[in-house]
Amino acid sequence: MSTTDTSRGHPGAEPDGPPQDGTGTGARTGTGARTGAGTGTKDETGAGTKDETGAGTKDETGAGTEAGAGTEAADAAEHAATSQLSTAPQEESARELLSGGPSLGVIGWARWFWRQLTSMRVALILLFLLSLGSIPGSLIPQNNVDDLKVRAFQQKHDVISPVYEKLQLFDVYTSVWFSAIYILLFVSLIGCIVPRTWQFVRQLRARPPAAPRRLDRMPAHTTWRTDAAPEEVREAALRLLRKRRFRAHAAGDAVAAEKGYLREVGNLLFHLALIVMLVAFASGQLFKSEGGKLVVEGDGFANTITQYDDFRSGSLFSMDDLVPFDFTLDQFTGTYEPSGPQRGTPRTFEADVSYSEGGGPAKKAKIKVNEPLEVDGSKVFLNMHGYAPVVTVRDGKGQVVYQEAVPLLPIDGNITSTGVVKVLDGYTGKDGKKEQLGFPAFFVPTYAGKGKGQMFSTFPGLAFPVLNLGAYHGDLRVDGGMPQNVYQLDTSKMKPFKDAGGNIVKKSLRPGETMTLPDGAGSITFEKDVKEWATFQITQQPGNGLALTGAIAAIAGLVGSLFIQRRRVWVRATEGPDGVTVVEMAGLGRSESARLPEELGDLAQSLHTLAPTAPAPAAAEADSGAGTHSTSGTGSGTRPSPASPPSQSPAAPPSHESPRPPRGAAQ
Amino acid sequence: MNLAAATNESLAQGSNVLIYSSMAVYTLAFLAHIVEWVLGGRSKVGRTAAALTSAGAGATAGPAVSVRSAQGGTAVLDKPKVVTRATAGARDVPDGPGAAGDDAQGDLYGRIAVSLTVLAFLVEAGGVVARALSVQRAPWGNMYEFSITFSTVAVGVYLGLLLAKKRVRWIGLLLVATVLLDLGIATTWLYTDSDQLVPALHSYWLWIHVSTAIFCGAVFYIGAVATVLYLFRDSYEAKLARGERPGAFARSVLERLPSAASLDKLAYRVNAAVFPLWTFTIIAGAIWAGEAWGRYWGWDAKEVWSFITWVAYAAYLHARATAGWKGRKAAYIALIAFGCWLFNYYGVNIFVNSKHSYAGV
Ligand code: HEM
Repeated sequence: MSTTDTSRGHPGAEPDGPPQDGTGTGARTGTGARTGAGTGTKDETGAGTKDETGAGTKDETGAGTEAGAGTEAADAAEHAATSQLSTAPQEESARELLSGGPSLGVIGWARWFWRQLTSMRVALILLFLLSLGSIPGSLIPQNNVDDLKVRAFQQKHDVISPVYEKLQLFDVYTSVWFSAIYILLFVSLIGCIVPRTWQFVRQLRARPPAAPRRLDRMPAHTTWRTDAAPEEVREAALRLLRKRRFRAHAAGDAVAAEKGYLREVGNLLFHLALIVMLVAFASGQLFKSEGGKLVVEGDGFANTITQYDDFRSGSLFSMDDLVPFDFTLDQFTGTYEPSGPQRGTPRTFEADVSYSEGGGPAKKAKIKVNEPLEVDGSKVFLNMHGYAPVVTVRDGKGQVVYQEAVPLLPIDGNITSTGVVKVLDGYTGKDGKKEQLGFPAFFVPTYAGKGKGQMFSTFPGLAFPVLNLGAYHGDLRVDGGMPQNVYQLDTSKMKPFKDAGGNIVKKSLRPGETMTLPDGAGSITFEKDVKEWATFQITQQPGNGLALTGAIAAIAGLVGSLFIQRRRVWVRATEGPDGVTVVEMAGLGRSESARLPEELGDLAQSLHTLAPTAPAPAAAEADSGAGTHSTSGTGSGTRPSPASPPSQSPAAPPSHESPRPPRGAAQ
Repeated sequence: MNLAAATNESLAQGSNVLIYSSMAVYTLAFLAHIVEWVLGGRSKVGRTAAALTSAGAGATAGPAVSVRSAQGGTAVLDKPKVVTRATAGARDVPDGPGAAGDDAQGDLYGRIAVSLTVLAFLVEAGGVVARALSVQRAPWGNMYEFSITFSTVAVGVYLGLLLAKKRVRWIGLLLVATVLLDLGIATTWLYTDSDQLVPALHSYWLWIHVSTAIFCGAVFYIGAVATVLYLFRDSYEAKLARGERPGAFARSVLERLPSAASLDKLAYRVNAAVFPLWTFTIIAGAIWAGEAWGRYWGWDAKEVWSFITWVAYAAYLHARATAGWKGRKAAYIALIAFGCWLFNYYGVNIFVNSKHSYAGV
């Protein structure tokens, strides 16, 4: 763009007026007349069009050094007309950013820091950091997600683990550094929303800015000549635009209109909703509680801390917050595909429970995997299930010392299960000494049959249950204070029962069968009753409703923000030198607008029916049309660049959209 | 959902046959596209170079024309012509003519390729439907099903754009190639016999969450292709504008693509349009997790990577509105974001132990 742009004539008044093309008529409607003008004046086009962020934008074509102090005044005028099409914050130029803060002491620095923090650039960097920061948490096991995996990891990597520990990499999402990122982001967000909201309110109170002088520089433009009087055209335009729900008013010789404010509303709503979601999430984390409980059919659970098998809570949770309720597992039902390739695939899992709230009347409910029971804000989820064979242990005299349903842990999809029957007290050996008994148990709900492979279940349903038991006596070491896994047997202080031949006693039982211990030490019976158990997860997390509200608002805001186009339309009607009215229409939207020209065409067509084209003088047709008043005869023009022949322009396709404002950048 | 219904073996078989058939047809479409590109190479267009060199860089479309008066009568409703102007700072370069260039024979092959793609799409869609019927549920229970649905939707989006008279045929070759890759991976490594879902997946949220996730992925993919091509085309145009002469391949192939500005715009529109849906997808997933597992957000690997993807796309949208980040830098962010999406899909399922790991990958 090697323009020789000289502001002749009236510097400052209309420095980049229309090229006169030597015709001197000032007429502008004709095709050829203004050819090349765009080339020369491109850099200033729509200064500030996009918004204020224009400063610092690189002009990629770069070549144009459109100079002249005079251009600035026109720029300013155009800037006013085209600015504030959004409320995005003013961008500091990179230079400013790098040159460091002001030399104004603490307050100056604070202000500088605040400006940086609430700038789009820093928001962008923080967003980056946030996603970068969440990566380690997905690759390294996390304490609050899977504690067991963390232990395993730490045992395997004993060198790196302390380093990770220091960096809080096992607790990424609660770590100081991760919190710092999102807290900064949300401070930035608030610091961004508040001023933007005020700015938006101001924009709503003000009227759409008056038409810029050069409408033909707008991204979409159209013009025609009509016999209707200018006032008529303006009135018609005002009515038309208002009917299309533009905010419109007449200003001088033109009508200024704007539409699509909901875009800004949507954008603000979205960012606000992000804050709501964060608050909801944070309060949920702080006040939540979560615990697990295994319940065998027929047994119950009351919602107090002592009843939980395991329990976790947020740091602000207090025990009084536990909702008082209790429930009994009446029956658990699991059904499985009985045949075909899908044999064994679970079909239904459901738990029938009776529950009561705070000692109220008992109510019945069904809990399914995706359908928790909700009691007063507390939710009871069904997690796992398994079998609990009922066994009876008798001592040497035939006295029942133990009779219970023993929950066993599934180890595969067909619910092959293992566990231990532990008789803690009540048993006396035949020598009169008090002893404890332990029976390692292995249970299959459906046995393949003797000699058919190993002792693994072939179907998760109870088709052919077999219980395999070993037998130990001695000290279970449950009183030693060490927390003990109820599903494992510590045999360090126990001896296996051996039969006369010295073989360890071990037997597979069908329901109803009994294994007799050697030397009259008693017996253990696998009763005909196999119960099922289910584990429940009881959670309480306030703020869910708030989070959902925030989420819905966020989506609504986002849709508004991304799909609504904020745009301005100007209609200027003036009397041309030949007495014929010249109508000019221009549209301006944000840079990504596709529909703007269409809409403008639409509006133009409607207006055109009210103010149809006037017959043109033949001469104007051939040479150049009538000019608009604003630019005609100013005498100061941008000469078309010699490098751009007049013939080039009409051939170039109409393309692209609104000018980005490289305002200042090219000067 | 009728959970008790038995798997229909023959339907599952039929589905496999259809998927393999669609691969065969896609291969033909792929070849036809290749021929289209090769034949199109014969026509030397050079519009970009002409536009960039004739009037110096960045010649703007003259804001010339307006409406001509209708001859004689005042009652003629001549639609006023709207003149648009290029974005300041953007090169004003016409879109390339597409793969076939101005070569009629090339164009013929291009049309054949599109027809074959339509056929393959129908066959593949049939395969997906048969699979769905065979398991009596949404065909999204494992990665194999996810993959075949994904490529079907991606092709569907592409055909939809064609149907809407968008000029996107140039994307065809790359798309078909990717679809073949996707189906190849699906049938070779990810294949799982049709299978029922574990009870945790029984929820209507499966329909909502997974279908939108697949759709978002397909659209993000198209956005990513446009972004990559934008980067190539942009450096091609920059080279021309500097007066250098790009390599023969660039001159032949990149010349035929739409202009960098158009590609950039397409990428933005596609990504921006689907971003709210992606947001919805994550929220729907959170609601489902809340129902199934008792917590709506638990920093599970899949959740984390969805979040990362989301933040990355948000960063992209921010970048577009931030001075100094438009253009290439924003494009890199878009590609990183799509990389996150891909990792979330393949990487998390395969390398990371997640609650979301489906049966049989
Ligand atoms: C959690 C953090 C954030 C997320 C996820 C986010 C997301 C988004 C998204 C998706 C858009 C696109 C909507 C559009 O293009 O109109 C957007 C726009 C915007 N965001 Fe954010 N944002 C975040 C933080 C911020 C912060 C901290 C600021 C303030 C510096 C900010 C200022 C803006 C502005 C001004 C726009 C509108 C840009 C325009 O009008 O083109 N955002 N944001």
